[in-house]
Amino acid sequence: MIRVEGLTKDYGPHRAIDDLTFNAEEGEILGFLGPNGAGKTTTMRILCGYMPPTLGKAEVSGYDVVDQSLEVRRRVGYMPETVPLYPDMTVFDYLKYMADLRHLKNVEDRVDGVIEKMNLEKRASSFISSLSKGLRQRVGLAQAIIHDPEVLILDEPTIGLDPAQIIEVRNLIRELGREHIVLLSTHILSEAQQVCNRVIIINNGKIVAGDTPERLQARLTGARHVSVQVGGDSDGLEEVLNNIPGITHISTNVDGNIVFETVPGQEPRPEVAKTIVSAGYDLLEMRPVGISLENVFLQLTRDEPSHPESPEDEPIEDEEGVEQEGN
Amino acid sequence: MRNIWIIASREYKLYFSSPVAYMIAFVLLLVLGIFFFLNLQVAAFQPGFVPGVEVFLAPLATMLVMITPAVTTRLLAEEKRLGTIELLLTAPVRDWELVIGKWLGGFLFLLTIVAITIIFPLMLNQLVKPGIDQGPVISGYIGIILLCAALVGIGVAISSLFSNPIAAFVTTLGVFIFLWWILDPITRVMGPAGSGIDLIRYLNFSDHFFANLFRGVIELGDIIFYLSVTALSLFLGTVSVEMGRWR
Ligand SMILES: Nc1ncnc2c1ncn2[C@@H]1O[C@H](COP(=O)(O)OP(=O)(O)OP(=O)(O)O)[C@@H](O)[C@H]1O
Ligand SMILES: [Mg+2]
Repeated sequence: MIRVEGLTKDYGPHRAIDDLTFNAEEGEILGFLGPNGAGKTTTMRILCGYMPPTLGKAEVSGYDVVDQSLEVRRRVGYMPETVPLYPDMTVFDYLKYMADLRHLKNVEDRVDGVIEKMNLEKRASSFISSLSKGLRQRVGLAQAIIHDPEVLILDEPTIGLDPAQIIEVRNLIRELGREHIVLLSTHILSEAQQVCNRVIIINNGKIVAGDTPERLQARLTGARHVSVQVGGDSDGLEEVLNNIPGITHISTNVDGNIVFETVPGQEPRPEVAKTIVSAGYDLLEMRPVGISLENVFLQLTRDEPSHPESPEDEPIEDEEGVEQEGN
Repeated sequence: MRNIWIIASREYKLYFSSPVAYMIAFVLLLVLGIFFFLNLQVAAFQPGFVPGVEVFLAPLATMLVMITPAVTTRLLAEEKRLGTIELLLTAPVRDWELVIGKWLGGFLFLLTIVAITIIFPLMLNQLVKPGIDQGPVISGYIGIILLCAALVGIGVAISSLFSNPIAAFVTTLGVFIFLWWILDPITRVMGPAGSGIDLIRYLNFSDHFFANLFRGVIELGDIIFYLSVTALSLFLGTVSVEMGRWR
């Protein structure tokens, strides 16, 4: 369990995080999403007892990160963003050192266990300096889970990996999420969406939104986007549609399709269809499009609230429900 | 306690997996060996001259002042350079355990090298009839051990300030040269009296070794001096690590 209340951290005059409040419960994979410099690493470092906050309180498994820092550190597994490792140690020796520092029993078995779990058997006696980025990432993860921590904090765990390894690491995180609370940071939205049960979007040190990825999209987009395709020339269609109540933000996208938004709670589509046909256009297609989480993210992390210019054409699978993100 | 030992033993073992350690040991023993045999040569031609422990204890102390920076510079600066300090500072280890563990690792390594130099008094004991005076050997080695403790302590404290091992090395060497060579003439020039001068005189690193311990006299004051320097350095090193968390 993680409880964070009013967490604030200043680096000199610069406020890196500002009054963050959130919780995470057992069995949750919580994603921390934000652009560079948002304050993700700062928050994570405070949570694993690396540095004290300037203001506010944070508790991990019921222990205060400042007053009971050692208790917190015993219960947290942490993989820093840069995955720091000792290049002049072998994988086995390094993991054994980390396990020793945590006073684990049957250290060698524990080390063998994580080596197997991370598929590092073949490299156990290699020097870390000879490992590829992906393998190092796995060693970093092995180090973080070696003591079977209650809380796992992973700072950008998939950065710098090739696509196959990204999938591998994501699967691993999902698996770890069953037994641990996982807090991970990322700037890849689809990653947060695929892996996390809940996402907190943070920008400039402030939480701008926090919810399940699905609800976040639905709630934040609010309106539904609809794309209309007509045969032949669509000139003048925008003006025709302009008069229909319940639709806003009409525009023509690069493919020549007309895209508009429906006012929440209204269903103007039958009227739109009738109007298009009676105006003499050939209506080929009318379909709802999803606004991707990317757009939501950009929208939220922009300093002033604005509107996505061109929602991506992504089909929604069922008419009423929340659309699925594709990529 | 256990954490100190875990950290110290990793550091200790790591010295032996790097060529630098062997080079340090080799250079030290080579220089001492040269001094030793030169003195034997002198003794062979000069009937009045009987070499004692001083023929290798003085160069040993001087060499330690020069090689210790190479031993200590890595200890914390390298952790900061690699970012691995973040692992140690988020492991359930207290900051002072980390600093003392690092110190102990370096200290034990230096002692291992010093232990090899025991061959010189043993050889000398064979060559000189009827054997050498044991007192200065014992007090001299007590002095050397205390000197190592203090030097490694200062080295660890300086290492904690840097994330660049080379910068840590140069700074440590500079501080040692000041404490060992420069303070000595300063105190001599300054004359006897005055409170500020007394402090400078007290800090004279080489005097605490050469005045008594080197001559076979064990003075409590000198022992307390080296132990205080060690303790103060480790305290400051801990404060520096602690402050590093705020940055
Ligand atoms: N040691 C430090 N000293 C001064 N400022 C810092 C320090 N570390 C971070 N900052 C600043 O605090 C802010 C938050 O940084 P942080 O590293 O937490 O961001 P982040 O969300 O992890 O970014 P990224 O996605 O690039 O990793 C940034 O403006 C950064 O410049
Ligand atoms: Mg970061």
